Amino acid sequence: MSMNSDDAVIRCDGVWKIFGNRAREALEAVQSKGLSKDEIRDQYDCVVGVRDATFSVGRGQIFCIMGLSGSGKSTLIRHVNRLIEPTSGAIFIEGQNINGVSNRELRALRAEKIGMVFQNMALMPHRTVLENVAFSQEVRGHATKERTETALRAIRAVELNGWEQKYPDELSGGMQQRVGLARAIAADPSILLMDEPFSALDPLIRRQLQDKFMALSAEMKKTTLFITHDLDEAIRIGDRIAIMKDGVLVQIGTPEDIVTSPADDYVADFVAGISKLELISAGKIMEPVDAFTERRGSLDDAWPEAHPDHSLNELVDLSIATQHPIIVKVDGKPLGVVTKNALLRGIKGDSVAAE
Amino acid sequence: MAEEQAFNPLDPFSSINLGIAESADGVKQWAISNRDIIQPVKAFFNDIVVAIDTGLNAVPPLIMLIILTLIAWQAAGRRTAILVGACLVALGLLSPDAWSLAMTTLAIVVSSVIACFVIGLPLGILAAKSNTFEGFLRPVLDLMQTIPAFVYLVPVVMLVGIGNVSGVIVTIVFALPPLIRLTSLGIRGVNPSVVEAARAFGANSRQILFKVELPLATPTILAGVNQTIMLALSMVVIASMISVKGLGNEVLRAMGRLDAGNAIVGGLGIVILAIVLDRISQGMGQSGRERGVRHWYDAGPIAPLVRMLRPKSETEPATPVGLATNK
Repeated sequence: MSMNSDDAVIRCDGVWKIFGNRAREALEAVQSKGLSKDEIRDQYDCVVGVRDATFSVGRGQIFCIMGLSGSGKSTLIRHVNRLIEPTSGAIFIEGQNINGVSNRELRALRAEKIGMVFQNMALMPHRTVLENVAFSQEVRGHATKERTETALRAIRAVELNGWEQKYPDELSGGMQQRVGLARAIAADPSILLMDEPFSALDPLIRRQLQDKFMALSAEMKKTTLFITHDLDEAIRIGDRIAIMKDGVLVQIGTPEDIVTSPADDYVADFVAGISKLELISAGKIMEPVDAFTERRGSLDDAWPEAHPDHSLNELVDLSIATQHPIIVKVDGKPLGVVTKNALLRGIKGDSVAAE
Repeated sequence: MAEEQAFNPLDPFSSINLGIAESADGVKQWAISNRDIIQPVKAFFNDIVVAIDTGLNAVPPLIMLIILTLIAWQAAGRRTAILVGACLVALGLLSPDAWSLAMTTLAIVVSSVIACFVIGLPLGILAAKSNTFEGFLRPVLDLMQTIPAFVYLVPVVMLVGIGNVSGVIVTIVFALPPLIRLTSLGIRGVNPSVVEAARAFGANSRQILFKVELPLATPTILAGVNQTIMLALSMVVIASMISVKGLGNEVLRAMGRLDAGNAIVGGLGIVILAIVLDRISQGMGQSGRERGVRHWYDAGPIAPLVRMLRPKSETEPATPVGLATNK
């Protein structure tokens, strides 16, 4: 990744997490001999949670970690606020190595800099919405009046005004997760950790909350680490996506990278079912002008025109209206041509510019 | 020793004497030689028990009956209050001095339960936090519950002499285990993801305990308190053997004289007291929200009082968290 390390708000450097009593031995064995997950389990009775994870997230970015259950993604995200200690490796928050901080500093960091949303909401059933949202302020010892104000602000941001005095069990699942979100943003942290926040919700509510979250995140410019097992969600929300399998980050890239050039069969399997219409741009599937003219003759001004950034969806709309190929132009200068065949192949996912 | 010569391999135990009983008897010697230290401590606790006793007996029975009924109404609702009121009337009618004897018994039970709470809650919390400690505590609790009361009755009397304090000690030994067990169980049963969330938002372990674990474990802990009260009541007859006054003593005396009538009166008194205490303490285990109101003070006899005292503006203060909510 071509990212300046100064910009990275979250940076993980070679993070390993092995669970078990003989984690140290197992780590040495796995690093020197490259044992597999199963071999570690059989020989050391240890479970590999995260295997050499390295990534960084820039300020304001939404970084999605996508993987199936058991792939170690929830374990990985808990390293960022040290709910789980790494077996080896370092985690940096805004350049500060958080493995070295004292417990007191760590608690301050958790309360003020990092907000977290959980898959199962994890609201406190004996506290009202307001008291839940104000929790991080309360443990920091802020005055009641001040924390009520900040909490009410967060509650307004997730549009739950009027529900402050209700208890979590009086709210629907979607509303509960909005409380979870309000609790995470109440202290105005710079980092949000989202551990499958919308997975437990039904599809319609999930989509609404995704929109809500994206609007909030764009407005508040929070650096976000977002865990999901849903590739559609990752593509919708993520600026960048990491695919995780058996504790390993298999591929890290933009949604388009992942869909158009999957690193291995595992990722390819995942992205096979994903609609490419909104993801792939004209620039990815066009045939260079020279190659096209050599094959088919010169271009015609009557043909429809598109920009390289236009999505396949827009190309389809253009293409329906005409029999001709589409010319891809930047500033009036033709760059390439998308024929109907190339477009169809693009929709199917065979992205590379046609032969 | 002479017996060792007659060692019989088929019956090895009858010829071996490790002297356990003799060394256990050493407790007596120790108690006698440390009398100066033990007696002031005993006097202090005895004063507390006597103060509670005289306090309860100083209230005229009718007033006390009304107070207990109101407490029952507050803790467990109108229905239970009616039952408790009826029970108390029945208790008073049992015999002319049944009421004052019951108050004396109540004083012993209250003292024992307070002592159990003070000892049991911290131990239960420790047991919940540490598997090692729980592993060590568990057999001790088993022992406390299963060992016959008569076995420790004598050593306790040897140590502190007869009277209220020994009665309370004997009762604690028997009544403490469920409180510790249920405190530990309640805290261990708190949803770990809620605790994790509290950690993720920067709470330290003390804040997690007081703001999350104890409030959520309160119903279970109060179930433990209920059990402790019941066991404490069941000890009153045995405790009366070491000169603890009250209903238990009536039963014991009547048994000695084969006076079935008085034994039944005393026994019924204990049963009625048990019903009253059980219903009240069970009601405390239910939060106000389980009974359909937002706070415990929004129902029962004090609700109108609270409404009167609260200013008209609906900016209600943050509710007190923790055990206070259920007291």
